[in-house]
Amino acid sequence: MNIPIYLDNNATTPMDPRVLEAMLPYFTNKFGNAASRNHHFGWVAEEGVDYAREQVAKLIGASEKEIIFTSGATESDNLAIKGVFEMYKDKGNHIITAVTEHKAVLDACKHVEKLGGKVTYLPVKEDGLVDLGELEAAMTPETILVSIMYGNNEIGVIQPVKEIAAIAHKHGALFMTDATQAVGKIPVDVNVDGIDLLALSAHKMYGPKGVGALYVRRKGPRVKVTAQMDGGGHERGMRSGTLNVPGIVGLGKACEIAGQEMEAEAKRLSALRDKLQNALTELEESYVNGNVEHRLPHVANISFKYVEGEGLMMAMKDLAVSSGSACTSASLEPSYVLKSLGLSDDLAHSSIRFGLGRFTTEEEVDYAIEVTKKAVNHLRELSPLWEMFKEGIDLNSIEWAEH
Amino acid sequence: MAYSDKVIDHYTNPRNVGTLDKSSHKVGTGLVGAPECGDVMRLQIQVDDNNIITDAKFKTFGCGSAIASSSLATEWLKGKSVDDAMKIDNMDIVEELALPPVKIHCSVLAEDAIKAAINDYRVKNGMEPIELEKSHH
Repeated sequence: MNIPIYLDNNATTPMDPRVLEAMLPYFTNKFGNAASRNHHFGWVAEEGVDYAREQVAKLIGASEKEIIFTSGATESDNLAIKGVFEMYKDKGNHIITAVTEHKAVLDACKHVEKLGGKVTYLPVKEDGLVDLGELEAAMTPETILVSIMYGNNEIGVIQPVKEIAAIAHKHGALFMTDATQAVGKIPVDVNVDGIDLLALSAHKMYGPKGVGALYVRRKGPRVKVTAQMDGGGHERGMRSGTLNVPGIVGLGKACEIAGQEMEAEAKRLSALRDKLQNALTELEESYVNGNVEHRLPHVANISFKYVEGEGLMMAMKDLAVSSGSACTSASLEPSYVLKSLGLSDDLAHSSIRFGLGRFTTEEEVDYAIEVTKKAVNHLRELSPLWEMFKEGIDLNSIEWAEH
Repeated sequence: MAYSDKVIDHYTNPRNVGTLDKSSHKVGTGLVGAPECGDVMRLQIQVDDNNIITDAKFKTFGCGSAIASSSLATEWLKGKSVDDAMKIDNMDIVEELALPPVKIHCSVLAEDAIKAAINDYRVKNGMEPIELEKSHH
């Protein structure tokens, strides 16, 4: 077992050596520009890209013609939201999204608002899921796009994507999903789910950083987005720029491996995650955040009441995890995702996200349990809030000086 | 962001963790911060008849820098007169622990906790609380 242990696989994943192996020739002897149509070097590169396009399409049940390669999910989200708004603004100017979306979606929506669009940011229920009734009620004849993420990056909850898509379509709107955390982890099928646009990223599924894709539906309906990058008209005119051939080949390989191993891997990871979660919730006053039924198999977000997340992470220094505490941020605001579940600020400050991955072993999970329990107990010994809780003092009865 | 060695030292081996009898008139207790902000410090001093702080204890809910700031504060308080304790400035803590700018609020909180403990002691013993500058966080 190598220390420190990486349990932050929602932030990024290590690259699978099989992916690296597939990529390597495209840095050296297969270096051609995939847009060079008239010589061997271009053809070889194009062949690599075409194959990767098929691999990506296959994983999400799409056709290869529907895959637009980008620099990652942030770009894909931007292209989808701004691109749909520009393309369809004569049809309507309203977009619906949710407050727990990734910043790439939220900030792209804010940009749309500056361009004169209207955006509804749906709240979520206590378990992190969108209320379908509220979505239905928010739909207007002006609504052109509903953008709701597939699986949440902080708490792992999986939205009822199929039902959301059906509501969007009933009202004549397109449905887009940021599926960065879900693709390669759980079955995602654009036709089964009714997805019109989908953002994904390679580095969240054991591929390289700096490459991702946007799925854009071609049939029933044919969806178009206005390019956000002008230039040579690559990717059917939707995303100009010389293709990142090694990265794209890596994304393709990552998708292929994920497709083959997903079923067994999801089972293995959810068993390990449950072991971790069960052991840690044996600690008094610890709570799992978000819906535990509809959740990605590798994520557990747990709040340990009366200890602060950043201080806790410092005591867990052999574990790489992340916290909803924002003690380092200038605003001192804890995670907006956790707050939108209705969590009080102190519980949000007390949260730790454990993200397991392909290379996580049971031995590592056992070690993580031990380290985390020890750290929580140590910090509670130091915590005045824990002492008050143990004395039966209601913390809400105290007039805190907010600073 | 890496922590300084001194922060890590105080965090790993916090000095003077504990609780003094807050009902004693010899003990002053300062409880500052708020759970919603991710920082709560409780700092206590025990004062003898010569106005000397003979013991200091803390408990802190917060990040490593907050824990280290309060641990350091208790170390500094012990043996000081109450008047000298009043002069401890948050920037002394910042300097000693090499706190980065985003962690300066931890030192401010520690200074507030010291002053709140002293005022609690003063009020308990029939003295006027010392007027504090509005804290700057």
